[in-house]
Amino acid sequence: MITPNHKAPLTFATIEPDVGLRAAMAKPRADLIAEITASQLKGRGGAGFPTGVKWNLAAAAQADVKYVICNADEGEPGTFKDRVILTDHADLVFEGMTIGGYAVGSKTGILYLRGEYTYLRPHLDAVLAARRKKGLLGVNVAGKQGFEFDIEIRMGSGAYICGEETALIESLEGCRGEPRNRPPFPVDTGLNGKPSIVNNVETFAWATCILVKGSAWFKAIGTQRSTGLKIFSVSGDCKLPGIYEFPMGITVNKMLEAVGGADAKAVQIGGASGHCVPASEFGRAIAFEDVSTGGSIIVFGHQRDMLAVAKNFLEFFVEESCGQCTPCRDGNPKLLEGVEMLEHGRCSMRYLNELSSLGETMQVASKCGLGQSAPNAFLSIIKHFKDEVMGRTQGAAH
Amino acid sequence: MSDTIDTNRAPASQTGHVIPPVEDGGMIGSRVTLTIDGQEVKVPLGTTILEAAKKVGIRIPTLCAHPDLCEAGLCRICLVEVEGMRTLQASCAYPVHSPLKIHTHTRKVRQARRHIIDLMLSKHYGECYACGRNNNCELQALAKEYGVDFFRFGHPDKPLFAKDESSHSVIRDMNKCVLCRRCVRTCIDLQEVGVLEAIGRGDQTRIETFMDKPLADVVCINCGQCINRCPTGALRANDPTDEVWAAIDDPKKHVVIQTAPAPRAAIGECFGLEPGNPLTFELNTAMRLCGFDKVFDTNFTADLTIFEEGAELLMRLQDALKTKKGPVFLPQFTSCSPGWVKYLEHFYPEYIPNLSSAKSPQQMFGAVIKTYYAQLNGLDPKDIVTVALMPCSAKKFECNRPEMVDSGFKDVDYGLTTRELAKMIQEAGIDLPNMAKSDFDSPFGSATGSGVIFGTTGGVMEAALRTVIELVVGIKVENLFDHADIIPLRGMDGVKYVELTIPSVGEVPAILKPLFESWDFLKGVTVKVAVAHGTANAHKVMEDLKNGGPLSQCHFIEFMGCPGGCIGGGGQPIPTSQAIREARSKAIYAEDSAYPIRKSHENPAVLELYGKFLTEGPCSHKSHKLLHTHYTPRGKYIAE
Ligand SMILES: Cc1cc2nc3c(=O)[nH]c(=O)nc-3n(C[C@H](O)[C@H](O)[C@H](O)COP(=O)(O)O)c2cc1C
Ligand code: SF4
Ligand code: SF4
Ligand code: SF4
Ligand code: SF4
Ligand code: FES
Repeated sequence: MITPNHKAPLTFATIEPDVGLRAAMAKPRADLIAEITASQLKGRGGAGFPTGVKWNLAAAAQADVKYVICNADEGEPGTFKDRVILTDHADLVFEGMTIGGYAVGSKTGILYLRGEYTYLRPHLDAVLAARRKKGLLGVNVAGKQGFEFDIEIRMGSGAYICGEETALIESLEGCRGEPRNRPPFPVDTGLNGKPSIVNNVETFAWATCILVKGSAWFKAIGTQRSTGLKIFSVSGDCKLPGIYEFPMGITVNKMLEAVGGADAKAVQIGGASGHCVPASEFGRAIAFEDVSTGGSIIVFGHQRDMLAVAKNFLEFFVEESCGQCTPCRDGNPKLLEGVEMLEHGRCSMRYLNELSSLGETMQVASKCGLGQSAPNAFLSIIKHFKDEVMGRTQGAAH
Repeated sequence: MSDTIDTNRAPASQTGHVIPPVEDGGMIGSRVTLTIDGQEVKVPLGTTILEAAKKVGIRIPTLCAHPDLCEAGLCRICLVEVEGMRTLQASCAYPVHSPLKIHTHTRKVRQARRHIIDLMLSKHYGECYACGRNNNCELQALAKEYGVDFFRFGHPDKPLFAKDESSHSVIRDMNKCVLCRRCVRTCIDLQEVGVLEAIGRGDQTRIETFMDKPLADVVCINCGQCINRCPTGALRANDPTDEVWAAIDDPKKHVVIQTAPAPRAAIGECFGLEPGNPLTFELNTAMRLCGFDKVFDTNFTADLTIFEEGAELLMRLQDALKTKKGPVFLPQFTSCSPGWVKYLEHFYPEYIPNLSSAKSPQQMFGAVIKTYYAQLNGLDPKDIVTVALMPCSAKKFECNRPEMVDSGFKDVDYGLTTRELAKMIQEAGIDLPNMAKSDFDSPFGSATGSGVIFGTTGGVMEAALRTVIELVVGIKVENLFDHADIIPLRGMDGVKYVELTIPSVGEVPAILKPLFESWDFLKGVTVKVAVAHGTANAHKVMEDLKNGGPLSQCHFIEFMGCPGGCIGGGGQPIPTSQAIREARSKAIYAEDSAYPIRKSHENPAVLELYGKFLTEGPCSHKSHKLLHTHYTPRGKYIAE
C-alpha cells in the first residue's frame, strides 16, 4: 500500500459540515438535482458520466425501493485517493450519499468498501454512529420530516472487477462479481432489480461541496467539458508522489512540474486501464475530452523498460478479467504472450500487427470497461515506443 | 396457483432482463423503428436487436444465446455496430428502447467475430472427425462460416483436462468447452438443479461441479438438458453403442430392443427431416436390418404401468377414504421419469413415500423380457440382451441402478439415446426415412394410444384418467371428453391442474377384484390431479406441497424431469427449442389418434400377461417383485 508522502491541501478540508445537507433539503428535489446538473459534475470514478443526469434518471424511475451506492472499491492500480478521502473526510462522503438519497428518493445507502481497506471499517463505523447520534442518519434526517436514510457498509473481497458498477451490484447480491449486460442500467434495474445510483467516493464528496459553494463556483473551474476540481493519486518516478488537487484540464506538463517528475519518459494516466502518454504528448490536458482518469497518475522515468510496464499491466488484466466474455478472457493472455515474445525478440512485425488489431477488437467487443480498456496500455506502448519494444535481440529476456 | 412461490435461484446476471411484451395498441412509444442494414423494422420496445434482425430475415451468428435460456451476452459473437456508439453491441442481449441504426456486418464487426472465433479455437482442443458433434456443432459451423483456414492465435496440440466419465449418463470433456455457460444456465435456471457453475477468473475460468467432484458424486439428476444445449462436443451422453454392436455381433446373444414413443417422433431430425415427422414403423425395419433380433414397443409396459400405478393409486385412495388405516401418502407421484426420481431423492427425500413404487416402463420391460418372454420362448435369460431406445440420458443411470435386477439379471442392459441409435443406423448405411414400414414383433407389439402419449407432458396423466374413468366410473371416456382427448392436460404450461368429480361408480372389473370390493368409496369424490414438467416446475410444485398450498390437495401428480416431457429428453436430437418440442408433441398426439385402441386397459397383450403370467393381477406379490421398486434417499449434501 502506498503511503502518500505528499498531501496537498484539499478543498474538502474547508467545507463546513452539514451545511450542504441542510442546503439540499431546503430545496425541492427537482431543484436539488438541477443544482448538481448545472455544476456539470461528472463521475470521478473514471467513466465520467454526468452525475446530475444519473440522479435525475433514478429520481424519475418508479419504484418502492431505491438504493444509493458509494463505490469505494478503489482497485485501479495507482489510485489511493478514495482511501485518503475516506480517512480524512468520511463525513463529506456520507453527507453526499444522504443528499443523493434525498434527491432520488432512497432510504438505503450502501458503501461498498474495498476488501483491502478493512482496517478503515472501525473508523467509518464510528463516523456513521456519530452521524446517527446527531440525527443526520435515521428517521427525519437533519430534522427533515419524513426523510429517512441510513447507510450500511459492505465489504468487497479483492476483485478489481467488483469496482465495475454492475459487477459491484452482483457482488452485493451475493453472486459472482461479473458485469451485467447494459442496458438496462443500474438507475433503472440496479441492486435487487431496483433503481440504484452508483457513484464514486469523490463524486459524493464533490456533490456536498457543490451544495455548499454553489454550482457556479464549481463550473467556473476546469474546462468547458470537464468542470471542477479533481483529486489525483500520483505515484512512480517523481520526487513528490502523493495526493493532489488540480482543476480539471491541467496539462501533463504542469502536473509533472508540481510532482517533481519533469524529466519523465512517459506518464500512465488512468491506471492500468488508462493510456500511456509519451513525453512528446505532455502538452495534453487531463480531462474527459482528452486523456481522462479516475485519479491515477503513474510517472515513468527514463530508466523504465516500457515493455516491462506493458507486461505488468497485462498480467494484471489476465488475472483480474472476470472470465465471462471471450475477447477479454482469451484476448489478454494472447497480448501477454505477445509481450513475452517481444521480450525474446521473437515477435514478427506481422504478428505484432495481428495483436494490435486484436487489441482494437477487445476495445470494442468486450462486455465491460475492463476488457475494453485492458489493451490501451499495450497499444499505446507499442505505438509510442515501437523501437524500444521491437529492438530486443533473440533470447535476450530482461 | 403456485405463482407466488419464488423459485428462481439463479443469479440475477443469469436471469436476463425480462420486458413484458407490449402490444401494438396504438400506444405512443410502445414500438420503435430500427434500421438494420438499411431495412426498416418496427418492433415492440424491449425487443433485442437479434430478434428484430430475424424479423427482416437478417441472420446474426450466435453462440451463447439459446432460445430456452435467459440472455448472457458473453461470447460476443453476435456483435453489431450501432451508429453513434463507440463499442459494438451484443445483439442477443441488447433490448431496444430508441430508434437505432444498426449494421450487422461491417469490417469492424467481421474482424471482431473472426478474432472471437480464433480466440475460442486457440483454447479448443478438438479434432472434429473424432468428435460426437461433428457436423452438428455450432463452433465448427462458425469456423466454417467465417472461413477459418488457419489458427491465428494457435491451437492446443494436447488435451489440458481429463474427461469426467464417472457418470452413467453425462460425460464432460472440458477440452472442448468454449465457456458459453449454456449448461450453467440450463442447470441453474431452466432445471433449477444447480450442478454446474463457472469457477475461477480470467483465463482460469472453468465450468465445474461443486468442489470439482466427479459428476457421479454430485446432485446431477442425469437429465442431459445441458447436453442438448451445449453448442459443442464438451458434453455428451455416455454412449454404449460399441457394447450394443458387440451383442448384436455375438451369435449366442438374443438382442431385444424396445422403443419409446418420444425418440420415434424425433429420430427423423437426425436424418434431416423437419421436427414432427415420426418414423415409428420405418424404424422397426431399420433396427431389424441393424441386427436386432426382436423389436418391441415400450408402450406395452406403459400400458402395464397404468395398471400397476393406477391400482396403487386406487389402493392409496381406498386407505385414505375407506379403511383409514395407517399413514397414507398422497398425492401419489409418478415414477417413470428417472431424472425426476433422482431429483426427488436429492432434494425432497422426505417425499419418497409419495412416489409410486411402480418401475418405469423401461425397467418393467426389461424384467418382463428376462422372465415371461424368456419362459415363453424357451430362452435362457442370461443370453438375452435388452436394449432400450429412450429419449433420455437418465435412463442410462436408471438401468444401472443396483436394485434393477429383479429378473435375476440386469433387467435392462443398455439404454440408447435417440442420437445414438441414429448413429448406429447411419453406420449401417441405412436410409431411415425411406425404409419400408414394418410392425413391431409380438407379443409386445400391440400398443395403445395411451402408451404413446407417455412421451409428452401430461400424457401419463391423460392415460391414467382415461382408464380410471372407464374402470371406475364405468362410462366411456368419449362421453366426457370428445374423442377421448383430455385437452386440459395437454400443452406446454409449466404446471397443469385438472379436477374431475366422480358422479357415480360402476362395477369393479375382474382384474381388480382381488384388491377392491367396490368403488363406493370414490362416489362423489373430486379427483384432483396436476402435471409438471422440467424440474424447475417440479420444484415449484414441491414447494407448494411443503407449504400446504393448493396442490397439496391433489391425489396424483405427474412429474417429468425434462421440459416438455420425454419429447424434450436429454437424449433427443440437437438442437432443441420450444417450437421443436411442440412439433414433436403434436406428432405424438397424432399417433395416439391413429391407434384403433386408445386406452391402456384395453391392451390385449397386457391383459394376456395378467392372464398367463401375473395371474394374481396388478399390485400382487409377483407383480411387486418384478414391476415395483424402491428408492434411495440421497439428500443434497455430498460426502467427502
Ligand atoms: C473494471 C472497472 C473497475 C472499476 N473500478 C471502479 C472503482 O474502483 N471505483 C469507482 O468509483 N469506479 C470504478 N469503476 C467505474 C464504475 O463502473 C462506475 O462507472 C462508477 O462507480 C460510477 O461512479 P461515478 O459516476 O461517480 O464515477 C470501474 C469500472 C470498471 C470497468
Ligand atoms: S470484459 Fe473482461 S471483465 Fe468485463 S465482462 Fe468481459 S471478461 Fe469480464
Ligand atoms: S466440439 Fe465442434 S469444433 Fe470441437 S472437435 Fe467437436 S465438432 Fe469440432
Ligand atoms: S444432466 Fe441435468 S442435472 Fe446434470 S448437470 Fe446436466 S442439466 Fe444439470
Ligand atoms: S460445457 Fe458446453 S454448454 Fe457448458 S460452457 Fe462449455 S461449451 Fe458451453
Ligand atoms: S450470442 Fe450474443 S453474446 Fe453470445
